[in-house]
Amino acid sequence: MDITDIIKPENKVYGKSRLLLDKVMHFCPGCSHGTIHKIIAETIDELDIQEQVIGISPVGCAVLAYDYIDIDWQEAAHGRAPALATAIKRLYPDKYVFTYQGDGDLASIGTGEIIHTCNRGDNVTIIFVNNAIYGMTGGQMAPTTLEGMKTATTPKGRSYISSGFPMKITEMLAILPGVVYATRQSVDTPAAERKAKKAVIKAFKCQKLKKGTSFIEFVSTCSSGWKMTPTEANTWMRENMFPVFPPGDVKDETGF
Amino acid sequence: MAVRGAIEVETELCKGCGVCVVSCPSETIAMSKQVNGKGYNYMYMAHPEKCTGCVNCAVVCPDTVITVYRVKI
Repeated sequence: MDITDIIKPENKVYGKSRLLLDKVMHFCPGCSHGTIHKIIAETIDELDIQEQVIGISPVGCAVLAYDYIDIDWQEAAHGRAPALATAIKRLYPDKYVFTYQGDGDLASIGTGEIIHTCNRGDNVTIIFVNNAIYGMTGGQMAPTTLEGMKTATTPKGRSYISSGFPMKITEMLAILPGVVYATRQSVDTPAAERKAKKAVIKAFKCQKLKKGTSFIEFVSTCSSGWKMTPTEANTWMRENMFPVFPPGDVKDETGF
Repeated sequence: MAVRGAIEVETELCKGCGVCVVSCPSETIAMSKQVNGKGYNYMYMAHPEKCTGCVNCAVVCPDTVITVYRVKI
């Protein structure tokens, strides 16, 4: 059988989601952001809630998220996405509201906002992309940087004596009663990507059933910041980040 | 029942990260020696007869440049 006989519209099994716009993403080759954007677009498409979703884009590499996914977006000040999500959810309780934040945005400048949003149990979904580095500004140390990891501002490796320990945001937030679902996922392999998509679907269902805050952390790579090829970065993440940030559900009180 | 697959790649949009190549279970795809308009080596089907249309490459592609087709024969 020739390839031209297989490539026909009726045989199509997977293609670009209709919610992903044609604009080429500005992310570096192999960046996890692209895959996470795709998961969100596919989830919204599958749940058929395009008209009811409002996303909050952060400051950081994902700042242009509103250019890539065809839903309503609002751009927040640095770290303030959860506060904005709270406001939007209270004005439109029937809309699905999610924030999309990196570790510089959520774990550093916006730590106060995220903790109080989760403590209030606001019925929003938080998507937290943790690549252990400040990607956009050139690879400086982030609160989630691993001990001994070399970055632009820790050329000899992060030392806990001067800079503390990597911050485990998901575990910190999971102890708050307002959070019903806290999970950690990755998108390095097809299996992990499918699992992550199920987690995003579950988080949006939490909103529909008005359960409380749902929080998804994505352990992801920054091949440019880590100065590796994308495939090396995936291997490095599995070997070094997973022991500190193990994937899996940290808290699940959803009951479904 | 045998399954045959094929992929269509938007070569000009591929950034050549190679994440798809390591996730292909049948070693169908490889990186090209040529480069596209952006200067990236793009992925292509090196062994089209091996493709089963499992969609793994398309699922992990950060830029969603791969469309997968599958037929039962």
